[in-house]
Amino acid sequence: MRATGFKVLGVAVGLAAAAVLIGLYVSKLTTDNGSKAYTVPVQTQGGHKVVDLQIETVAAVGPQFSPAHPDYVSYLVRDAQGKWLRRTVWRLPANATVHMTIYNFDGASGLRNPLYARPQGIDGNSFMLDGKATDFINPDDTSHTFAVPAYGLVVPLTGVADNAKNQCGYAPCALSMAHHTITFTFHTGKVGHYRWQCFVPCAAGWIDGFGGPMQTIGYMDGFLDVI
Amino acid sequence: MATPAPKRAEHGKRVIVGGIVLSVVATVLVAVFGGRFLPPGNGSVQASGQVLDNTVMLAIVTPVIAGLLVFFIYVLSQFRHRGGALVDGPPLRDDSRVRVWWIVVTSVTVLFLAGFGTFELLQNGSGGGQGPDPIAVPAGTKLPVQVIAQQWQFTYRYPTYGGLETPQLVLPANTYIELHVTSLDAIHSFWAIELGVKADANPGVDNVAFVKTKGPRTFHVRCAELCGLWHGYMFNNGRVVPEAQFTAWVKSQQSDFAPIAKYLPKYSTTYYPDPQRRAG
Repeated sequence: MRATGFKVLGVAVGLAAAAVLIGLYVSKLTTDNGSKAYTVPVQTQGGHKVVDLQIETVAAVGPQFSPAHPDYVSYLVRDAQGKWLRRTVWRLPANATVHMTIYNFDGASGLRNPLYARPQGIDGNSFMLDGKATDFINPDDTSHTFAVPAYGLVVPLTGVADNAKNQCGYAPCALSMAHHTITFTFHTGKVGHYRWQCFVPCAAGWIDGFGGPMQTIGYMDGFLDVI
Repeated sequence: MATPAPKRAEHGKRVIVGGIVLSVVATVLVAVFGGRFLPPGNGSVQASGQVLDNTVMLAIVTPVIAGLLVFFIYVLSQFRHRGGALVDGPPLRDDSRVRVWWIVVTSVTVLFLAGFGTFELLQNGSGGGQGPDPIAVPAGTKLPVQVIAQQWQFTYRYPTYGGLETPQLVLPANTYIELHVTSLDAIHSFWAIELGVKADANPGVDNVAFVKTKGPRTFHVRCAELCGLWHGYMFNNGRVVPEAQFTAWVKSQQSDFAPIAKYLPKYSTTYYPDPQRRAG
């Protein structure tokens, strides 16, 4: 009788262990690298925290970064060693100044709502587009936006011209390829988890342009994890 | 000497009297104090109306709950098994008076609620979306404000101020607002919680709702229709401000968004932006 009890217990423990292992394996398969946080290096200037955040926007993320969805449009972030990572959750310090540089390698899609062609929520409501101060762009020339609605922050990104030479097919895109450089400054506030997104319906081939990479963290959406 | 058990009719009387006493006390308390704790608050005329509606409904349901509570407690205390052999209770017999009273009371309650609800809706729409041809249109001057939903943010247009569009919702105090709610992509729902306004935002549809603001305050706006990845983050705060402050705010917004004004489409009750335009 006692031996039978041990057998039943052994089978139960074995099944539970198998379930845990299967769960861990499925979790590993389904957890996307893009949703892992990237901690942005922080500098201190005069007692104030300053962050230099560099990202690039690519028309197709490519098989190197996303074997499952190589054709997804995506943002990538550059680490301190200059290596591009497909991470869209960025850990930033609270109450810091963020100097942001965006290299946009994608073509223009056009905004559904032209309002977002006007930058908002950044210093001076103006950004530098290839070194030139800009306070709006033509909505039809917009490729993507970088927007943090909780900060009231929207920055439109001008698309690469359709006839531009040396266009980038897959990420990572070298800076020698056709692109626009957008720089601006904003400030993080209190600790929190703030989503960022693109307002251009840029998901090619999806209904209303808002499926796939627009509905998946790790591509055109992410968080500012302000700590 | 043991107390003789009460007769069956006495049980009924006790439950009825107990139920009436508790109902009267509880209903009076609900009617007097209930409104202070019921949503959506007192942020607009429509919100106050909804509090009144909720108070009326709670007051009507209070006697039912009180009667059930008294009955439940009485039954538990009086008809517990106290030892001895288990025997069947007395047979239940049909009573036409109970049936008649049941039908009368429930019919009157339902008909009253139907009439009361219809009256309340026809007064001013009660803050609900009425579609493109609203039935309940309040009299007087109204400030039109368009609510444009998109994945995943609301923006607002003010047609009487040159079609100004802004991501902020600011309304003048003590003013009737005519909200035109629409969407540029998926189905959303505009819910200004403390103002008591909720209206679906459908692409290609102009959903009209009316709300009369009261004094200055802030209120929450949320999307109330599951609309995709960032649905849970689709919210912002709105403000009701004095008239002078509202005018100043409009001027500042017109100045802020002047560079983009020429690119905005002409004001329309709906928009059909090309959904598939995509380069790459």
